[in-house]
Amino acid sequence: MFETISVWIAGGLTLCIFSFLYGDNPVYKFAEHLYVGFSAAYWLIYVWHFTIKQMVINPIAAREPGSLMLIIPLFFGFLMLSRWFPERYSWISRWSIAFTVGIGAGLVTIGQIQGLLLPQLKATILPLATGNWHTNINNFLIVIGTVATLTYFYFSRREGSAVSKFSRVGIIFIMIAFGSSFGYTVMARVSLLIGRMIFLFGNWFHIVKPL
Amino acid sequence: MIEEKRNFWDWINSIDRGIIYLIIGIVIILPILLGLKEEVQISPSVRSAYEMIESLDSNDVIIISIDYDPASMPELQPMLKAILRHAFEKDVKVIMMVFWPLGLPIGTEGLEEVAKEYGKVYGEDYVNLGYRPGDRAVMIDMGKEIRNFFRTDVNDILLDSHTMMRNVHNYNDIALIVGLEAGRFGEFWVQYVGSRYNQRIVLGVTGVMAAETYPYLQSGQIEGLIGGLKGAAEYETLIEKPGFGLTGMAAQSWAHIAIVMFIIIGNIGYFMTRRK
Amino acid sequence: MKKRVPLVITFVTGFIVIISFFIPHRPFGPLETDTLIWYSIILGFTLLIGVDSLVRLHVRQMRRRKEGWWYSIVFFTGFFYCLVIGIISIMRTPNPFQPGTIFFYGYKTILIPLQSTMFALLAFFVASASYRAFRARTLEATLLLIAAVIVMIGRVPAGYKLWTRLPGIANWVFNVLQMGAMRGIMIGVALGAVAMSLRLILGIERTYLS
Repeated sequence: MFETISVWIAGGLTLCIFSFLYGDNPVYKFAEHLYVGFSAAYWLIYVWHFTIKQMVINPIAAREPGSLMLIIPLFFGFLMLSRWFPERYSWISRWSIAFTVGIGAGLVTIGQIQGLLLPQLKATILPLATGNWHTNINNFLIVIGTVATLTYFYFSRREGSAVSKFSRVGIIFIMIAFGSSFGYTVMARVSLLIGRMIFLFGNWFHIVKPL
Repeated sequence: MIEEKRNFWDWINSIDRGIIYLIIGIVIILPILLGLKEEVQISPSVRSAYEMIESLDSNDVIIISIDYDPASMPELQPMLKAILRHAFEKDVKVIMMVFWPLGLPIGTEGLEEVAKEYGKVYGEDYVNLGYRPGDRAVMIDMGKEIRNFFRTDVNDILLDSHTMMRNVHNYNDIALIVGLEAGRFGEFWVQYVGSRYNQRIVLGVTGVMAAETYPYLQSGQIEGLIGGLKGAAEYETLIEKPGFGLTGMAAQSWAHIAIVMFIIIGNIGYFMTRRK
Repeated sequence: MKKRVPLVITFVTGFIVIISFFIPHRPFGPLETDTLIWYSIILGFTLLIGVDSLVRLHVRQMRRRKEGWWYSIVFFTGFFYCLVIGIISIMRTPNPFQPGTIFFYGYKTILIPLQSTMFALLAFFVASASYRAFRARTLEATLLLIAAVIVMIGRVPAGYKLWTRLPGIANWVFNVLQMGAMRGIMIGVALGAVAMSLRLILGIERTYLS
């Protein structure tokens, strides 16, 4: 019984969102605001359970060594919500922001260099004269594509110059990449719609096998 | 006659969007209602992912990272179930964790459902760590000791209470990481864990992320790549356990053909009206 | 105090993370662990900033009784419903997100259909946009179109039925033709990200303080 009511509500809300295809309307807006409200409280429950309870309260309650120090980041976390404090003290939230920005910047520096730049540059250094002509052409296209794309983005060019012409090669590769990306994006969006249709016709109307 | 032809091309060039929506709805619903099935060809990237898990055994532990939410569920949930079925078939131990908060309930539901199919026991065969904020920070520190961030699992039970976790401390004890990605976290796994700790990684991504993930496959930073609903269907074919991936393939085919026809018709209409 | 201390914090924390990469031993290794745990806890609260803004916005709309203010009542209905079932689930079970809890049912009944369907709508819009906007006006646009069509047809079973080589060609477009451009874009973005990160650590970039 409970399951049936749940499916009917879910089905009704699905149709509320689909009503947007006809145009913006009160039914869609109702569903949209319900979603936003539910999500907002979901984040509250999440922060309580995983940040405050599991990362701070539980270790302190279990008297883990050094756990009392966790009150400091908890305090700085609350400082992020600077609007709760009087105007003249709200600047202290900058300390929390600075902490997260500093760590984030440090992580990006290491990750991007070790995890992306170096391996990707290494993978671009490909042999152009192997025994196989097919591999030679593929490697050549990858190398030219990479260098031409970087040329397009990084160098300013005078019209008619060699750099300008090479940049145009870069644009061609970029357009092919965007086209492939679009093709895959279409696939992704259609998959989502298939999922909802199977929910409607399977879980709700019981015409096909449910999800 | 020429007047009529012009009107026809004008009409072709300005079909009401309601008709387009209706056609898309029909080409997706009809194959589902008719129960049409399609076979899929296996791509090398999915086969590599499959071979990677196939090479594991009951001594191995894998991490499955749920980095998606209900918006990407139709593409990634079938992948999750197929990979879990494959892993449990081989008695591989599974650790689940989550970096997208909205993905925890659906990831947990998928894990519990497949674990029940195979009679797997929580704590002995699989564990759910849940979520910790900080994504990259968590990924990096798990390389030293998982318990630095995950003292307990998602149910507040100490990790050391679980039989399978007793000898699992960091990535040295993890055979493979499977990231199911709807966003950037696949890149984080590769950049912060794959490169730093030489951890083997397989990624399952949505269609939107697939194009950006291929360079990691080509550079050898990931062992395999499962892309979109088609990728899920391919994996289901390989493990011989059809699921939602294969169910949706016929509708996917029809929808793609319809969209390509729209593109062609739109361009024909454009060129014919441009001649005026 | 108001600007200098945050700049010093940014520099010190960034420095700790970078130096720990090169020197994982004491004192930097354990220092990095503690720093990252603190970062994780503080970052958890950033989720609340958005919630706080939303709640304030809707309270303001209800107070001013502007057009459409009653939607704010819908917002608070969803908000308090989720909060109540979440608190009940927290009191009853150690894991409120577990299947079987009342919170999970609320999530499954309301959040899953709403979020999934919002994104499923995009399929209709993509089809409409493909028809209306996808025009082969220039060489570049034509190449984009051809690549899109090859991938769209090659990546579904219908493509194999049309021409058995089409999936192979689609794979080749992905693994070779688009690889170079994607890699170039990724390298470009990475260089930009590293430059920006260094500017932040060194205090050259200070917009986050305002």
